[in-house]
Amino acid sequence: METLAEQFDERYQVSLILKNVSVTTEKDGVILDDISFEFKPGRIYILIGRTTSGKTSLMRAIAGLLPIDSGEITMNGVDFDEKPIWERDVAVVYQQFINYPNKTVLQNVEFPLLRKGLKKSEAREVALASINKVGLSDYLDRKPSQLSGGQQQRVALARSLSRKSHIMLLDEPLMNLDYKLREQLRVEFKEIFNSQKDAVTIYATTEPPEALILGAEILVMHEGRIVQYGSPTEVYEQPQSTTVARVISDPPMSILPVSISAGEIRFSDGYSQPIPAKMKNFKEGRYEVGIRANDIVSAKSGGEKGTISLVEVSGSETLVYVDTPAGEVVLQMEGIHDVKVGESISVELPSNRLFLFETNGALCVSPDGAGE
Amino acid sequence: MYKVLKATFITIWSLFVLFPIMWAITTSFKPESAVVNGATFIPFLEFQPSLIGWKAILPGAYGLSRFTYGWKNYSNADIIFFFVSQRIMPPVVLAIPFFLLLKELKLLDTHLGLILVLTSGLMPIVVWLMVDFFNALPREIDEMAMLEGCNPIQAFFRTILPLSKPGLTVAGMFCVIFGWNDVFFALTLTATKVLTLPVAVIALNGTVTPYWILAASTVFSIIPLVGLAFVIERFLSRGNLGGAVR
Repeated sequence: METLAEQFDERYQVSLILKNVSVTTEKDGVILDDISFEFKPGRIYILIGRTTSGKTSLMRAIAGLLPIDSGEITMNGVDFDEKPIWERDVAVVYQQFINYPNKTVLQNVEFPLLRKGLKKSEAREVALASINKVGLSDYLDRKPSQLSGGQQQRVALARSLSRKSHIMLLDEPLMNLDYKLREQLRVEFKEIFNSQKDAVTIYATTEPPEALILGAEILVMHEGRIVQYGSPTEVYEQPQSTTVARVISDPPMSILPVSISAGEIRFSDGYSQPIPAKMKNFKEGRYEVGIRANDIVSAKSGGEKGTISLVEVSGSETLVYVDTPAGEVVLQMEGIHDVKVGESISVELPSNRLFLFETNGALCVSPDGAGE
Repeated sequence: MYKVLKATFITIWSLFVLFPIMWAITTSFKPESAVVNGATFIPFLEFQPSLIGWKAILPGAYGLSRFTYGWKNYSNADIIFFFVSQRIMPPVVLAIPFFLLLKELKLLDTHLGLILVLTSGLMPIVVWLMVDFFNALPREIDEMAMLEGCNPIQAFFRTILPLSKPGLTVAGMFCVIFGWNDVFFALTLTATKVLTLPVAVIALNGTVTPYWILAASTVFSIIPLVGLAFVIERFLSRGNLGGAVR
């Protein structure tokens, strides 16, 4: 079987273009809403979004498993509509890892290679190399059911990586793994992806840290649309809307309704603080402010008073959820603090760390970026 | 206490169920018993419908499990019901039409005739069993196979079929038992040249009933199935699907 690469002149690099792709189903309504994007080869794209934001659907549409209603997907100018799934040469790693249960580890990895037309000896060689890469050389003859979850996922990875496909789709591949293994695979992913110079790699995740660590270009998805695209710093420092800010911030960003008047930011409970220089030019009216958990400080006196509703201790820091009359804020404290649910606390929201959003969610000012 | 009750119940029930068989075995060893007479036994006849019913129908069942067919309001479920509905009628109703049909086709009292009739009876059940079985296999396996370069037919034969051993075994076993035990069609549609074992056993019954011979031939006729049950039991082990999808 010819691979895509052989069908095209080497001068043209593989580039995956989506034009106005939409999918609507009776059951779930609009799944993908007019998506246009060009994926360039040799790059890694991180799709980040909530669980139902359409990440998986987008990947399934690219792979051909989800028929698209309108728009087109082209690879090097070839319309994917004319290519059935089995000729698209797309490698996929799912969140729930899939292996052929009746085949051994080696046979599992060899299978796609043999389907691709490699000779038996070549296939074995490639398969062994790729199994070695994921550290499963000692388990060649095991069946998937005899492996642990992490090992099964690594078999699935080895199977997809060994194919050298031009499109690699990874749908939350670390989701079902334990913490240690995640850390380890995250690092390995970076190496593996960077070694795939001519492939488009798309990696879907719900976790902001994962997206930021992989350090690739980020596409934020929400309700079937790509709402923002940019480098990790861009997306993190200048989220274009409250939606993006919520998706990309972990711990969550606190977003509160405010009004600006007479040089002050006034919260809904009447508490007010002076307006920072960056926000001076905005006309008076209703807005929303956002602030990241690590920017909020607990104040000895003054500030917004509230009651602690939830405390999460995670090793090196403590997350405190505070109910204030102005809304819920989440504050992150370094180290482990002995604070109890129900206690009252004062929090200060430093003006120079505030994001300002329109009431419709669009960004006006971000503390680190240039703003408007 | 509960255990004792359970054990007692099982023992009584087993005695109840096994008694006819024990009776047949003991009878067959009584002094008058001669060895089974020279009736024509055709052991392989029974397997042919099984094989046809089993293999020809699998892709159909797979299709019904994975793809949607339909016309207006009718869809896969209706097609499956249509298949199964063929079994709603009691076989007696079919006997005369089948007899006339085979007579016209000059297939009366031939292997082929009986094979065709039994196959038509087995198909619906195999479809029904296998659609259910394929539905239980994760779709992700087909999808993965297709992503890895298999067209749907290859995906079926290379990945789904090997995973279906337990289901195939059940369906196959069912066909074999059905074919082996069928008396009704064999009795009506065959006469002298072609006989199945149960018919041959019944034919032994003359004016004087030779109980010992009947018993002996009955025992012989169930031995293959008992043996089969033991062999097949191994294929039915669970856990064949472990590790497909987490």
